[in-house]
Amino acid sequence: MNKSVFAAKIRRFFRALHGLLQIALDFTEPVMELLIRLCGWSAIVFVFAIFLFVFKEAAPVMFGGMNYTEFFTSINWRPTSVVNPQYGILALIVGTLSVTGLAMLLAVPLGLGAAVYISEFTTGKYKEALKVLIELLAPIPSVVWGFIGYMLIGPIIIKLTGAPVGVNLLNGGITLGLMSVPIIVSVAEDALRAVPDSYREAALSFGASRWETVYRVLFPAAKNGLLAAVLLGIGRAIGETMAVLMVTGHAIKIPHSLLDPVRTLTATIAAELGEAVEGDVHYRMLFVIGLVLFAMTFAINLTADFVVKGIRSEKT
Amino acid sequence: MFKQKFSVMLALAAIGCLIPGCKRADRGVRVEGSDTMVNLAQAWAEKYHADRPDISIQVLGGGTGVGITSMIDGNCDLATASRKMEAKEIQRVKERRGCDAIEHLAGYDALAVYVHKDNPLDTISLEQLAEIYGDGGKIDKWSQLGIDGKTLGTDEITRVSRQNSSGTYAYFREAVLGKKRDYKNGAVEQTGSKDVVALVAHTPGAIGYSGMGYKEPGVKMLKIAKKKGEPGVEPTVATAKNNTYPITRPLLIYSAGEPTGKIKDFLDWIHSSGGQKVVLELGYVPIGDHE
Repeated sequence: MNKSVFAAKIRRFFRALHGLLQIALDFTEPVMELLIRLCGWSAIVFVFAIFLFVFKEAAPVMFGGMNYTEFFTSINWRPTSVVNPQYGILALIVGTLSVTGLAMLLAVPLGLGAAVYISEFTTGKYKEALKVLIELLAPIPSVVWGFIGYMLIGPIIIKLTGAPVGVNLLNGGITLGLMSVPIIVSVAEDALRAVPDSYREAALSFGASRWETVYRVLFPAAKNGLLAAVLLGIGRAIGETMAVLMVTGHAIKIPHSLLDPVRTLTATIAAELGEAVEGDVHYRMLFVIGLVLFAMTFAINLTADFVVKGIRSEKT
Repeated sequence: MFKQKFSVMLALAAIGCLIPGCKRADRGVRVEGSDTMVNLAQAWAEKYHADRPDISIQVLGGGTGVGITSMIDGNCDLATASRKMEAKEIQRVKERRGCDAIEHLAGYDALAVYVHKDNPLDTISLEQLAEIYGDGGKIDKWSQLGIDGKTLGTDEITRVSRQNSSGTYAYFREAVLGKKRDYKNGAVEQTGSKDVVALVAHTPGAIGYSGMGYKEPGVKMLKIAKKKGEPGVEPTVATAKNNTYPITRPLLIYSAGEPTGKIKDFLDWIHSSGGQKVVLELGYVPIGDHE
């Protein structure tokens, strides 16, 4: 008797608990949905807020007598000159493009090659170990890369090439390239792994060699992912600041050879913003450079988007 | 009884710790600015703290421009500067802080010209330096200075300079290139006094300028001649003192308004024999001795 009363109580308790949970779940669903929506929107809000902030700081000179011809076509960046301050960023744009281009020339074949090797030519523990090792490379801070470039790669460049100075375009390209490789490898490897095994089996059954399988079947199948890998690499290289400031030589010069020191847009902002007087023309010009960087990355992403869309429509 | 007293004391002590805890920020003196003077300011802070343990001096580097901006914003009490404040900056102190910027002389620094230790060059004239660094200058090969490039592995002169917002950059321009001339493009710019010397030590074909306190084993300081053909003068405390070394500049400290209280005490100490001894110890020139 007593026992059954007790059992009924417990049953009732659990029923109540179940009801509460149900209510909680009913609540959780919309709340979670809202939170997730907020996360999504916040990304967009942040991008716009950052853009607006940079634009706000740059606007007074952009609409207040800025010399656009000089800005884009002069190599003279002399913001603190006493006699004749000049704000030409041509050399800096060329610097950014050349360092990034060289870095990609090194990092794309190396990264994609490593990804193909890990994904297609290794198995088991060896494969896992390689993946972990490469992923360990990714979070190395850029200052550390800068030191490696400055202390190690620089002297080697001087010794091997007889270059007058070890911090130059080549050093910047190598250092940035090495920095971008881990990202390219890990994204490209994911893309290759996502290709179903039936593709490989089909290729092999036609008598394709391993290389032919990779080149003719896997690359086209994983095109989007591989492109994303390369773009992330470019993004890493173009936005990098600390390491390039340390290893490119930071010299205003249009490079004539790989051994010339160069200067990038990002490094210019990093070196000068701290000391520029707030509200000054020099200060605002640095924000205009920020907008130029914004435009460059935007253009790259947009092109990539079109390329990916092009690939998709080709398929269908 | 004792226990009770003890716990009361403990509680009081805890409260005592909390209250000055909030005030501690304005109990110390905040010094910020010139990268050239950061070692000096730190040495001052340590010595002064040993004399006056109740007052702490916080020292930050970053550059003359950073220090002055920080003083304008009220984020530091004293700005160390390796160049004079510009009219624009003085104006901003007036606007933001409502008082004049006051200049205090703290010592002198001889700006040394460094080359790699294997470079056979011994003396350089101010004109030659201007031709190397100045816009439109004609010297860019070591052979033009009578040096066989083979010993350096390269004939090309790698100019090492400072970032364009540095006080050292502005002073070197004024003293060597003249007020109306700009730097030649293409110099390798470094963001610290020490970095210039370190890069020259790494680079056989390089030439660079930095405070003489930053000498290290891999480099050599050149003698400077005022005119070509004249004998060169070595940068030393003695030659800076008697004004024979041509690139000597004042080391300055700025305050917003007449300093009072602990800030005044600290500045007075810097001007006293105790503070000036530190100036000499770090390879700079004390004030009293400069003629």
